[in-house]
Formats: sequence, C-alpha cells, structure tokens
Amino acid sequence: MTTATPTVGAGVQATAKPSRAARVRKRLNSRTATLVSIALALLWTVPTFGLFISSFRPEDQIKTTGWWTFFSDPQFTLENYQEVLFSTGSSGQLASYFINSLAITIPSVLFPIAFASLAAYALAWINFKGRDWVYIAIFAMQIVPLQMALVPLLKFFSTGVTIAGIQVLPAWDLVDEQKFAQVWFAHTCFALPFAVYLLHNFISQLPGELMESARVDGATHPKIFRTIVLPLITPALAAIGIFQFLWVWNDLLVALIFAGGGDETAPLTVRLAELAGTRGNEWQRLTAGAFVSIVVPLIVFLSLQRFFVRGLLAGSVKG
Amino acid sequence: MEFDFAAEQPKFLMLMYGLIAFVAVVGGLLLLLDVVPAWFSRRREERLVAAVASGAPLPRRRKPREGLIALFFLLPTLLFLVIGLVVPAIRTTLLSFMDKDSSHWVGLANYTWMFSEDSIVRVLINSLVWVLLVPLVASAFGLIYAVLVDKARFEAVAKSLIFLPMAISFVGAAIIWKFVYAYRGDGDQIGLLNQIVVSLGGEPKQWLLESPLNTLLLIVIMIWIQAGFAMVVLSAAIKAIPADIVEAARLDGVSPWQMFWQITMPSIRPALIVVVVTLSIATLKVFDIVRTATNGNYDTSVIANEMYNQAFRYGEPGQGSALAVFLFVLVIPIVIYQIRNLRQQREG
Repeated sequence: MTTATPTVGAGVQATAKPSRAARVRKRLNSRTATLVSIALALLWTVPTFGLFISSFRPEDQIKTTGWWTFFSDPQFTLENYQEVLFSTGSSGQLASYFINSLAITIPSVLFPIAFASLAAYALAWINFKGRDWVYIAIFAMQIVPLQMALVPLLKFFSTGVTIAGIQVLPAWDLVDEQKFAQVWFAHTCFALPFAVYLLHNFISQLPGELMESARVDGATHPKIFRTIVLPLITPALAAIGIFQFLWVWNDLLVALIFAGGGDETAPLTVRLAELAGTRGNEWQRLTAGAFVSIVVPLIVFLSLQRFFVRGLLAGSVKG
Repeated sequence: MEFDFAAEQPKFLMLMYGLIAFVAVVGGLLLLLDVVPAWFSRRREERLVAAVASGAPLPRRRKPREGLIALFFLLPTLLFLVIGLVVPAIRTTLLSFMDKDSSHWVGLANYTWMFSEDSIVRVLINSLVWVLLVPLVASAFGLIYAVLVDKARFEAVAKSLIFLPMAISFVGAAIIWKFVYAYRGDGDQIGLLNQIVVSLGGEPKQWLLESPLNTLLLIVIMIWIQAGFAMVVLSAAIKAIPADIVEAARLDGVSPWQMFWQITMPSIRPALIVVVVTLSIATLKVFDIVRTATNGNYDTSVIANEMYNQAFRYGEPGQGSALAVFLFVLVIPIVIYQIRNLRQQREG
C-alpha cells in the first residue's frame, strides 16, 4: 500500500501540474482529514482508556471522582487486581474463572480446527459421489443461529437420546469441572460450518499438480494431508485459530447455558456479567475484572493481527 | 493470599483429558487412515505375487476406495454437525409448536403469543431498531474512516485503534460503556457522559434507565465494536481499486466528492454488501451486550435475550423456541440477498 502512494503522486505531478491554490487546498484537505481521523481514533480509545486508568485507582477514588482527575491527582494501587483475582467468595476470585476460561478455550479451538481441516481436505481433493452436496449442506449451516440448537442440545446432555421410549444414548451426567466437555462439544459444533468453509477456501486453491504428483508417487490421502497440505495452510489455520480463540474466550451465551454459573466451570465472561448485574456499582472490581478478561485476547489480537485481518478478508470478501 | 491453587487442580486434569482425547481422536483417525489402506494394498500385492507364481489369472485390480476414505475424513465433522446443529434445529422448530412441557401440540399459539404480548412486541421493535441502525452507522463510519485514513502517514496505528474493540468481549465492552454512562446523584460524576453533560450545564441522568434512549446507548456499544470490522474490510476494498482508474479520474480533474461517488463507491459495492449483511446477522443475534448492561430491563430486551429468558429462566421452551425460529426466519432473506448478489457478481 505504501508502495502505491509514490507512483500515483509522481504520476499526477509529472503529467498535470496542479495550480498553486489547488495544491494548498489539497494539503489543507488532507490536514483536516488527518486531524479528524486522529480525533476519531482517540474518541474510540477513550472509553477503554478510562477503564484502564480506573482499574489502578483506589476504591474510594473511583467511586467519588472521575478517572480524568487521575492526571491532576495521581494515586496508584494494585489492590483492585489483588482483590478481584484472588479474594474468595462474592467479590471476585477471577483467577479461578481465568483458569476456567483457559480450560474451555484451548480444546474448543483445537477440536474444530482439526476436524474442519480434515473435512475441508476431503471436500477439496478427494473425489467421491455427492461431494458438492455435502459441501453446500455444511456451507448452508452457517446461517443457522446457534439459538436454534440450545434447548435440544442441553437436553441431549442432560437426558440423553430416547427414540420411541428406548434409551439410545445415555445422559452425560457431568458434574463440576467435567462440564467443560459439554462446552467443548457445543463450541465445536457451532464453529465447524464456518471453519470448514474458510479452510476449504484455502485448501481448494492449492495447486492441483502438487496433489497429482504426490498421488502418482503413491502417497495416500492421509499422507498428502499431513505432509503437503498441513504445512501449506498454516496461515489459514492461524487465522481460523485466532477467530475461534476470540469467539470462545469472549463468548457468554454458550458458556452460560452449558457451563453453568459456578466457579468450577464458568468462564470470565459469565462471572463478569454476573458481577455487573449484582454489583453494578463496585467499580473497583468491575474495572479491574474487565481488564483481566480483556488482556489475553488483546495480546493475542495485537501480536497476530496480520493473520486475523487476512482471515477476515478471506472469509468475508471472497464470499 | 486466600486463593487456593490446589483447588484448581481438577480443572487442569480435565483440560489434560481433553487434550489427550484430542490427540487420540485426531491421531487415531489419521493412523487408521494410514494403516488400513496400506494393509489392504500389501495384501493385494501378496495375492498378486501368489497369482503370478502359480500361473493363475491375475485378480482384477479394484478401484481405490476414495469414497470410504473421504467418509472417514468427514466423519467427525458430520457427526458433530448432525448431533449439535441439524437435529437440534429440527427439534427446536418442533418445540416451537408445543406447550411449556413439550408434551402437547399447541399449533401457532407460541407465535401468536409473540405478536400479541406487549412486552414481546416491544422486544421485536427493539431488535428492528438494532438491525436498522447498527449495520448502517457502523458501515458508514467504517467507510468514512477508511477513506479519511487512506494513505495517511499513521494509517496502521489509527486503524489498529479503531479495530481494537473487535478483540474485546461484548461483556467487557458493555462494562466499559456502563462506566461511561455511570451516574452519581450527588457530588462529582464518575461517568464520562454525565461529566460532559454537567460541564455543558445540563443535569446528570441515569442513562440506562431512560427508554427509548437506553436502547440507542446500547446500540452505540455495538457500533463501537463493529465499526472496526467494517473499516478493515472496506479499507482493503478501497486499496484494491486499480491505481490507473484512480489516476485517470484524477487527470480528468474530478473533485474528491465525485471521485468518492463515481469511482470508490461502485468499486467497493460488493465489499460493502458483505459488510452490511455480516453486521445485520451479527446484530440480530446480539445477546451479551444487552444482558450485561441492563439484563433486558427498562425496555431494552432484544430477541436473543428474550429467547434466553423464556427458554432458560422462565421455563418456557415453547415460547423460547418460537423466538429462536423467528430469529432464523429473519436471517434467511438476508442470506438469500447475499447469495443472489454473489451470483450476479460472478456472472457480471
């Protein structure tokens, strides 16, 4: 993008020298544009910034004065974090929920990506009857809102499957931290259609000669998948991995229903939503707590933004 | 420190089980696919050798069973989708025609309830406001910002700042904005919005209690999050406009205004549609923001929130399912529109 700028600029100057007035006007225009865009970017950041500053202010300060007074009267404390992370009971204990978030997120990212890449490979490079129909069916499932699945899926976990009075599958009967398995299962289901679609986009664009020659050499499909396809689609895997990570880590609805509200399984989002509801004015906890939940996705996001944007564009623009 | 790390051990154990299951399932599947065909081909070779040695007619070479292998590749995905999405979606549709115990058929009662109960009609109107405003404002802002910042010196940083809220959970965002809207009856204000109002000489308000203003304030949160998405996609589309077209237009002496409407807009139309469609669908399903900020009180509830309340809090799975089905029905025309557009685009 930066490479395109000088060529265009040079072309304009060389061919049609703009009048001096026009040049001044243009510079003014671009200066206004710059100022406006900086102002907007700051405006966009102020709410988060205010929360961030507040989370380091003492409780009585947060509750009585605005966070902007921090700059005239700076008082710094880590007590909010200490309290919200480690104190037990109703005031926080977020460390425990933080671990829950991790335990929910890691398998919920790994399973759908692995399954989706296998499926995407089969849909792109194995010839079998009805391939297109299977792909279209999976693609179409993207539009089913997950709300459509919640009630029956919960029932599936709690009472199993009964067909005509006969118990076909037993109830899962999970307690405490075992409920993670339910959440993994649900997240995997809901992630698959989009993951298959996105990975299919990438895998089907790999050069066909590569697969052909490998086949001629006698490589089986699993071998091609492992040794040729997987290394080539790492950027796509990274993109979908970040998507899924952000989605699962930030999800509230699925966790609320399948993990329950206890400190054995509920993730940070559930706990924070609860704190915001029951202790809406305990800003010292809410600010620190919100930041605890934000910091991990923020790090992931900032360090891997490149992959994220690429995946976003591949997923939405290619359509 | 009161935090007991030992109490957390079962969770790590469970996580480990999960990871072991992952390795076992995926590794096992690949191994199975590797070993079994190899075993078959070795047997065929042996038979071939035996046939040659004994002078018997060569056994016919069977076609490699691609279909079977494909089935194994697809098996986990199909299994999860059928159990987790297809069957539940069908059951939800059925449940929406049943009563609260899911034992008797009630026909369209749940749907007529939806459109006759005042509080639910209110929910539907709120959802309509959401789905009209969020895609429109977020895409418009994203577009304007993408044009403004295009080729500016600090472009990357500015875009990151706008894009950053995408990484923040809806719950986190709701808390951030609740803090902006915070209200104190006496003394200094701690919420930025009330502070601004006060410094302009106004009276501080309890923003989130005042309907219908509160719905608009919640919509602001969603716009704040989604504008970055619109901006990134549209910015990429703007950069994809061929430089010679832009240059030619510039040589013709078009004003920036004309440039925007006659060159930029037509070129990025497909991307714009994708953005609006994606945002519309995301907005229809919005749940976390409303739940965290107001819990759906004070006339702010939306479809997804009400669906959760009916199905999981009030024990009305029939009515909850009807709302879920209605949500699905609302999504369908949007998707059809997008598919038609894509097809036109490919043909054109």
